[in-house]
Amino acid sequence: MRTHEPDAVAGRGTSIEYADMLLLRFGEFTLKGKNRARFEKTVLRHVKEMIKPYPRAVLGKEFGRIYVQLNGEPAAELAGALKNVFGIASISPVKVSQSTLEDIISVSRRLLEILSPAEGSTFKVNVRRVWKEFPHGSIEMNKLVSTPLLQGYPGLTVDMRSPQLELKIEIRHDHTYIFCENIAGVGGFPLGTNGKAMLLLSGGIDSPVAGWSSMRRGLEVECVHFYSYPYTSELARQKVVDLARVLSRYAGVIKLHLVPFTEVQTSFTGLGQDNLMITLMRRAMLKIAARLAEREGALALVTGESLGQVASQTLPSMNVIGRATQLPLLRPLVMMDKSDIVELSKKIGSYELSILPYEDCCTLFVPKSPTTNPNLRIVDKIEATLPGYEDLLAAAVDRTETVQITPYGGEKPADLVPAEAGIKEEWF
Amino acid sequence: MIYWDYAAAAPPYDEVVQTMEQIMKLHYANPSSMHRAGLEAGRLISRSREVCAAALSVQPEEIVFTSGATESNNLAIKGAALQYQGRGRHIITTELEHPSVYESCVQLQKLGFEVTFIAPESSGVIDPFRIAEAVRRDTILVSVMHVNNEVGTVQPVGAIGTAIKAVNPRTLFHVDGVQGYGKLPVSLKEWGADLYSLSPHKVRGPRGVGLLYVKKGVELFPLLTGGSHESGQRAGTENVPAIVASAKAVRMSGEQRVELCGRLLPLRNRLLHFLRGIPEFVVNSNEEGAPHIVHFSYPGMKGEVMARKLEELGMMVSTRSACSSRLAEPSRILLSMGRDIPAALGGIRISLGDSHTEADVAALEQAVVAAVKALKVAEGGM
Repeated sequence: MRTHEPDAVAGRGTSIEYADMLLLRFGEFTLKGKNRARFEKTVLRHVKEMIKPYPRAVLGKEFGRIYVQLNGEPAAELAGALKNVFGIASISPVKVSQSTLEDIISVSRRLLEILSPAEGSTFKVNVRRVWKEFPHGSIEMNKLVSTPLLQGYPGLTVDMRSPQLELKIEIRHDHTYIFCENIAGVGGFPLGTNGKAMLLLSGGIDSPVAGWSSMRRGLEVECVHFYSYPYTSELARQKVVDLARVLSRYAGVIKLHLVPFTEVQTSFTGLGQDNLMITLMRRAMLKIAARLAEREGALALVTGESLGQVASQTLPSMNVIGRATQLPLLRPLVMMDKSDIVELSKKIGSYELSILPYEDCCTLFVPKSPTTNPNLRIVDKIEATLPGYEDLLAAAVDRTETVQITPYGGEKPADLVPAEAGIKEEWF
Repeated sequence: MIYWDYAAAAPPYDEVVQTMEQIMKLHYANPSSMHRAGLEAGRLISRSREVCAAALSVQPEEIVFTSGATESNNLAIKGAALQYQGRGRHIITTELEHPSVYESCVQLQKLGFEVTFIAPESSGVIDPFRIAEAVRRDTILVSVMHVNNEVGTVQPVGAIGTAIKAVNPRTLFHVDGVQGYGKLPVSLKEWGADLYSLSPHKVRGPRGVGLLYVKKGVELFPLLTGGSHESGQRAGTENVPAIVASAKAVRMSGEQRVELCGRLLPLRNRLLHFLRGIPEFVVNSNEEGAPHIVHFSYPGMKGEVMARKLEELGMMVSTRSACSSRLAEPSRILLSMGRDIPAALGGIRISLGDSHTEADVAALEQAVVAAVKALKVAEGGM
């Protein structure tokens, strides 16, 4: 099979635009025996969610595979969306023919014309006869199909061991599937099959990548964002909604919890402990996120921390900050280089949003010299003696707004400044 | 007086005028301001972008608002040429383009770009094969109009787009859609278009706003700098009322396209049939063309004389496109289509719109007959 390289279009065709159907194969989890049915069902549900904008596409399921009949829906667009479904290892665009020798040959020839292999390419036909009543056996069919194809394409040579082009033909009772290309899927575990966690989503580059990485390992993720209006702008909050929407492309739907953080954050000012500000703030975030996790039934917190990146991400900082919660803290990016994280964020589609220059609450009140080595005893003492601290945290949880975000939806939280009031839909 | 110049400017919808008035009164704030009034104005722009994107079946972030289609065409061509000159310095366009495309290309020639101008067949149609033949490795842009503004010829933009991309997938394809939108189906994805210009005031919207579709991933070198408006692609304070009203006109004319064509086609066909019956005339439009443009020449009679006579008889028509109609030169478009100089000097364009009825066309026919009769004496003497 030929691996699909999106850049290698020049000169050579791709069959994707001409496909009648997409064949989706499951990934590594097929090895895990007893969870299999549950996993496959999850992938199917996820696929169903992703094809919602394409009403004519029809799903079918078989052992180890999902079929998406296109019925005129755009194949490339759908394949682009479906290859992001966690648990999908690969996708093949399929041409469908009738199960007669003549039609199989003619559709195969058409497919070959579309692919227009370069002179000297090696080639092989691989027939699988699922419908045993078909008059010709697999070995015989290999010959019956490849002979006329080779006559039409004298530039091709047969290579049975490692051909550059392997034309696969599956003969079934109702139809025959013919395919050649293989588009790599994202792989991983089906969404949510490994439980649920809360993702601390800032406006930066790292946290969306941490979210995607967690989702890819089968975690269902709910996003938690802290905002400090009026110190942070409406735009900063909108940016997080947009980032959550990017993540929802991989989840179908994602929950976003927006926590008003102004009171908690300002309570740390004027303590005369400016260098601990970030430590206190991060701990407060974990405490609030943990309470939301309890409410939502999540069993871990996910952060975008990467060791040594900033003052709050040194090991001593992580130690003191992490003790603010009993829940496991998952840090998918902890040992990754920034440049690799950036690469991933570009691939996921969050990078362009992440670099928009709106201040989030983490960049506010940043002291001149934040500590890289906070003292747990002092931090504990400050929190214990801060007047009304418990109530502030509880109030932030209570006033949290939760929005369900979908890939193509227009969901958004209530405006902080109700600017829609003066806008009439009749104007458009 | 009957107005027969919809292709130059179409009268705005009542709703468009109302929207303009209300927004001018209520939303005078600068969308870049950070206060609530500014935010509201900003939201009006983003909602307009969504409406326009939906009308073209593209993403909102792919729509750039400009000051008009002339700017859209300038930005598409010069912006793409300057941005991608590292890839190559060859551009292809046709001899039929609107001056805003044609002269942008001529300007680029002066800057050292190589421009190939493709001639049409005598029917006025560009053969996609001729374009494909001209595409090279260093061809960065091809610009072809959807509908010719002078004679109404419809170009096979879909076939042209496919042909270009088959030769060089990196070559950008710009479609000047000004006379096509609202009259013919538009499917930018199927055409393989990377850039598409549209003019709201041709579809009963306000003046002062143009649209440019810029396909995701395509970068343009900004021609106007001085702010991060329009994602940095075009600086300048947004014309909020006109942008919102434009969105309305684009949406309405898109929705009413099929119905409008249903009414215009019989009128246009009747006119074509009538004009062909006048021995003095050469009819340059045909049934394959856009439903709203009928163009004919009176060889030996300057177009402007015919136009003035028709005006005397109550009919406002145009000599070729409004952007060049005051020039007493033969039409570049007609010459390119193989017409001789007398025919190219004597062109008259009639363009139809929503308001026209069978009775109006009958009146126009009478006026044309009367005009020819009156002018006959001076034929060839100009």
